[in-house]
Amino acid sequence: MGTSVTTPTPLKEGSTFEPKITAFVCNWCTYAGADLTGTSRIRYQPNVRVIRFPCTGRIDFMLILKAFAHGSDGVIVSGCHPNDCHYTTGNYLARRRWIVFRDVLEFTGIDLRRLTFAWVSAAEGAKWAELVDEVTDRVRALGPYREYQALASAGIE
Amino acid sequence: MDELQEKAKQLLEAGTVQVVIGHAAGRGGRRPVFVRSPAQAGKLVHDDGCWQNLATYLGKPEVRKLGRAAVVASPPVLRAMVQLGAERQLGNDEVMALAVVTGGPVRTLATLAAIEGHLASLPDEPPAADRTELGRLAAMTVPERRAFWAEQLDRCVRCYACRASCPMCYCERCTMECNRPQWVPVASHALGNLEYHIVRAMHLAGRCVQCGTCGKSCPLGIPVHLLTLFAERSVQQHFGQGGKASGKPVFAMSTFRPEDSETFIR
Repeated sequence: MGTSVTTPTPLKEGSTFEPKITAFVCNWCTYAGADLTGTSRIRYQPNVRVIRFPCTGRIDFMLILKAFAHGSDGVIVSGCHPNDCHYTTGNYLARRRWIVFRDVLEFTGIDLRRLTFAWVSAAEGAKWAELVDEVTDRVRALGPYREYQALASAGIE
Repeated sequence: MDELQEKAKQLLEAGTVQVVIGHAAGRGGRRPVFVRSPAQAGKLVHDDGCWQNLATYLGKPEVRKLGRAAVVASPPVLRAMVQLGAERQLGNDEVMALAVVTGGPVRTLATLAAIEGHLASLPDEPPAADRTELGRLAAMTVPERRAFWAEQLDRCVRCYACRASCPMCYCERCTMECNRPQWVPVASHALGNLEYHIVRAMHLAGRCVQCGTCGKSCPLGIPVHLLTLFAERSVQQHFGQGGKASGKPVFAMSTFRPEDSETFIR
C-alpha cells in the first residue's frame, strides 16, 4: 500500500498485542489519500492492511463481517466525501447502508468501537494518518476481538 | 356460507380469477389452501390462527400457472403485495386481494393501486408483543444482547424456514447458496448462523412488511422476526417510511437522499 518509505513505528513498550486493522477504501479518494500520506513522508502506525475497491458503494457489508471472522481486530471503511464520488452516487448509497448496518450490528451485540467509517479525500493524507493512528490506538486498548474470532472456531476442537 | 366464502365463490364463478389463495382448517391449526372451483369455496376460513403470509406464493411459477389469483389478505399480506409491485414482481392488475380483518367486512381490491389506497387508512406497525420485546432488547447493553443472540442462534439448524416463509425473499439464487466464494458457512455453526441472520436482516431492511411470519415459521422458536423488525424500524427512523425518496414505495437501500444524516462518519 502506498509509497511510504518511513520506517514503521516501533511497538509500544511493554505491549505484546498489536491489532490487525483491515481498511476497505475506495480507489479514487482514500486510496489516493493514503498514497499522499506516504509521499508526504507522514508517519503512521503499520497495523493497517489496505484493500482497494472501485467505490465505497462496492463495499458489501458481508466483507466487513468477513474481515472480523478472519481475524481483524478493527475495520476501517473509507471513501470519497459526499458529492465527490467518482461514480456520482456510490458513497451516498454506501452511507445509507452503513447507517442501517451499524444499527443491525449493535442490535446483534457487535462492538461498534471496532468499526470506523470515514471520508478521506485524495488531498487528506494527514487525515488518513490521524485516522489510522486513532483507530489503531483505540483497538489496541480494546485488545484482540476474541468474542467474534471465537465464533469462527466454535465447536471445532 | 360467510361473506369471505361467498365473495370467493362469486369471483371463481365469474371467471375473474382462477384460484383463490387462503387458509383452511388443517390438523393442529390453519393451513394454506388453493381454491380452484366455486364448490370448494366453503373451505376458506379467516381468523387469528391464519398467520402465514400468503403473498409468498404469488411469484412462484407453479402458482402463476394456475391463472389469475385472488389472495385472502390480512394487512401485512396487502403490504407485501404492494411492495412486490414496487419491486416489479407483480403487475398492477395481475392479482386481486380479498382484504380481511378479523371480525370486519371483506373488501375486494382488484389492483395494487386500490390496495395501496386501502392500506393508507391502516396502521403499519408490528404487533404490540413484538414492540415490547424490541424495547426490552434495546434497553440491554451490547454484551447482554450478544449473549441473548448467541443463546438464541445457537439453536438455529439453518432450515431456512424463515427465508421460505417470507414474501420478500423471492430471489431465485440466494447469497446463502452462493459457494464461489462461500459467503456464509452453510453448516449450523455459531459464525454462519450469526452471519446468515445479519444478512437476512440487511436484505430485508426497508422491505420487511412486518408480518412476523419468519419468527412463527421457525421450528426452534427463535424470534428471528425481531431482527427484520428491528432493521425495518431502523430504516423508518432514519429515512422515513419506505425510504421516503418519493411518495411511492421503493427499496430504501437502493436509493438515497443527499441530506441523509449520520453522526458516526469521521
